[in-house]
Amino acid sequence: MLKINNLHASVEDKSILKGINLEVKPGEVHAIMGPNGSGKSTLASVIAGKEEYEVTEGNILLDEEDIEELSAEERAHKGVFLSFQYPVEIPGVSVTNFMRTAINETRKAKGLEDMPAKDMLKMIRDKSELLEIDRKFLSRSLNEGFSGGEKKRNEIFQMAMLEPKLAILDETDSGLDIDALRIVANGVNKLKSKDNAVIVITHYQRLLDYIVPDFVHVLYNGKIVKSGGKELAHELEAKGYDWIKEEVNA
Amino acid sequence: MSKYTEDDLREELKTKEYEYGFYTDIESETFPVGLNEEIVIAISKKKEEPEWMTEWRLEAFKVWKEMEEPDWANVHYQKPDFQAISYYSAPNSKPKYDSIDEVDPELLATFEKLGISLDEQKKLAGVAMDVVVDSVSVATTFKKTLGEKGIIFMSISEAIKEHPELVRKHLGTVVPQKDNFYAALNSAVFSDGSFCYIPKGVRCPMELSTYFRINQAGTGQFERTLVVADEGSYVSYLEGCTAPSRDENQLHAAVVELIALDDAEIKYSTVQNWYPGNAEGKGGVFNFVTKRGLCEKNAKISWTQVETGSAVTWKYPSCVLKGDNSVGEFYSIAVTNNYQQADTGTKMIHLGKNTKSTIISKGISAGKSQNSYRGLVQINSRAENARNFSQCDSLLMGNECGAHTFPYIEAKNKSAMIEHEATTSKIGEDQIFYCNQRGIDTEKAIALIVNGFSKEVLNKLPMEFAVEAQKLLEISLEGSVG
Repeated sequence: MLKINNLHASVEDKSILKGINLEVKPGEVHAIMGPNGSGKSTLASVIAGKEEYEVTEGNILLDEEDIEELSAEERAHKGVFLSFQYPVEIPGVSVTNFMRTAINETRKAKGLEDMPAKDMLKMIRDKSELLEIDRKFLSRSLNEGFSGGEKKRNEIFQMAMLEPKLAILDETDSGLDIDALRIVANGVNKLKSKDNAVIVITHYQRLLDYIVPDFVHVLYNGKIVKSGGKELAHELEAKGYDWIKEEVNA
Repeated sequence: MSKYTEDDLREELKTKEYEYGFYTDIESETFPVGLNEEIVIAISKKKEEPEWMTEWRLEAFKVWKEMEEPDWANVHYQKPDFQAISYYSAPNSKPKYDSIDEVDPELLATFEKLGISLDEQKKLAGVAMDVVVDSVSVATTFKKTLGEKGIIFMSISEAIKEHPELVRKHLGTVVPQKDNFYAALNSAVFSDGSFCYIPKGVRCPMELSTYFRINQAGTGQFERTLVVADEGSYVSYLEGCTAPSRDENQLHAAVVELIALDDAEIKYSTVQNWYPGNAEGKGGVFNFVTKRGLCEKNAKISWTQVETGSAVTWKYPSCVLKGDNSVGEFYSIAVTNNYQQADTGTKMIHLGKNTKSTIISKGISAGKSQNSYRGLVQINSRAENARNFSQCDSLLMGNECGAHTFPYIEAKNKSAMIEHEATTSKIGEDQIFYCNQRGIDTEKAIALIVNGFSKEVLNKLPMEFAVEAQKLLEISLEGSVG
């Protein structure tokens, strides 16, 4: 589904990603861990197509298509979803209105008619139940005055609504208490299928107790320096990132 | 309005040029350029006005001659040469029509391009239209339905002839001839406009709607509107404007007077998208308008405006809260793009006891435009327990535009409570990327953010107008974020 080959990327001439190789197949869950500043969020932004980042070498293939030339919205239409570490506020635009616009824009890109209001309402009802979201919440302005937990839950709600092929969760666990973490993780697990894939970006092993990865990769200084199964996350938790740094620098 | 899909909008967005910039070739009768007493008398004569009206105009002209064009507003432009303008232009097909078939087909085609075919409008439940092309009203619908309730809704020229006592009693009582330079000019030369009277205790059953349109090259337009809501009555009045594109600047100096007698309520909504000039700042309409309402006891006046057009705007719809317990409201969205300049706001004059006013102003600036809010809240000494709440929000797009706020507060009574809130924000790249990532392209994302920003005001518009206003916001900000 996703194949990243020797990816180099920089922002304002500062090189951040220095040769990433990664392959994600349908049905898989990959965790990307690593210390602060290792390039985790940059990788997420580059896959999603944020313009400030320049790919200087290598490529990203989505279903064997090079997505280098595609805009962020075109990538979204092809099923790439990014759960933001810091979701932005849009005052005066309700969660419902935002989702309606997002879904209909995506349908339009595929040559489909707008989703009938009845279907939209049913979908909103189903997905908000799945994520234990109070529906009053959906008429509030997008992320305005939301608590950290509400913001993250709202991201996963959007993921549920958009049904992406590839979901990238960028530090979805940060700022969550244990109950919110459980709800968010359960939501992600319920949305998982053999046809879609998830990349979980996190500092801590904690989230991976709930969303169990098939593969764990350690990103350090713009490169994946170690890959393994879920046990690698436990090892990292026990030994800390210094262990990796020492190993790399040795 | 007919169905309007997002595809239609996309189509429109492709053509950046002003979409209503066509020119209808209707034979029209135009006066020679210039202004003097003879022209004023000729206008009055042309319109078969009674002598008192001619005198009233001449008085205004006398005052105007001695006045100077104001220059305190935060706008810069080449002052019009008032002797280079023709002050009267009327479509030639003079007699009123009994049926739509009799209307000049060219004119009907114009309406069609504007999307307001009369036929459709007639069928459209609840909207009566008094269509003003250039200066003379050519068609009035729904007059009968309104007539049954005793509501008068006609062109002001007709009203001067048919209801002289009403017009004479109220004309110029809220905006006197000598009020300001443009109001004086308008009083001297106004060509046509609308008159509306709602009798005691009557609730007007439909939204009254007027479409203005400047049509003849080099013709200044001087509309005069007078709305009188008698005791305990209610009316909602919609005013929409479009003008074809022109290279030379066109002057528009309208006067609108609203009178809400005891316990009456007037809602006055405007959508204005006159030609703003091209992307280089060439051409465009000068919009110098005086709008004011007078509230008697327990009366209420609400001004709601969506302003996306004109090269230069100078406009302050105001309320004089004369009666005790009267209420004034001002809800405004002003959009400026490219080289547009807007200096707009309101005046709330509290004279009576327990008077209340609310001001919500949303300014959106893009391109190289300048957008100013100018407002006055004045509490007079006898206005016990007056209250005002003002909120002025500015949204900036790009780095070359300006937003300015000039709030004036004068309180002469200690019991007054005045609140003022102001914010300035900028559409961020992070917001755009967030929308992009959800599959929403940048153009649509801006529309969404702007609509969210303007929501409190859009919600005040009647339903069909709100849809049109949203559409206009999107069109006028097209291409404003690179």
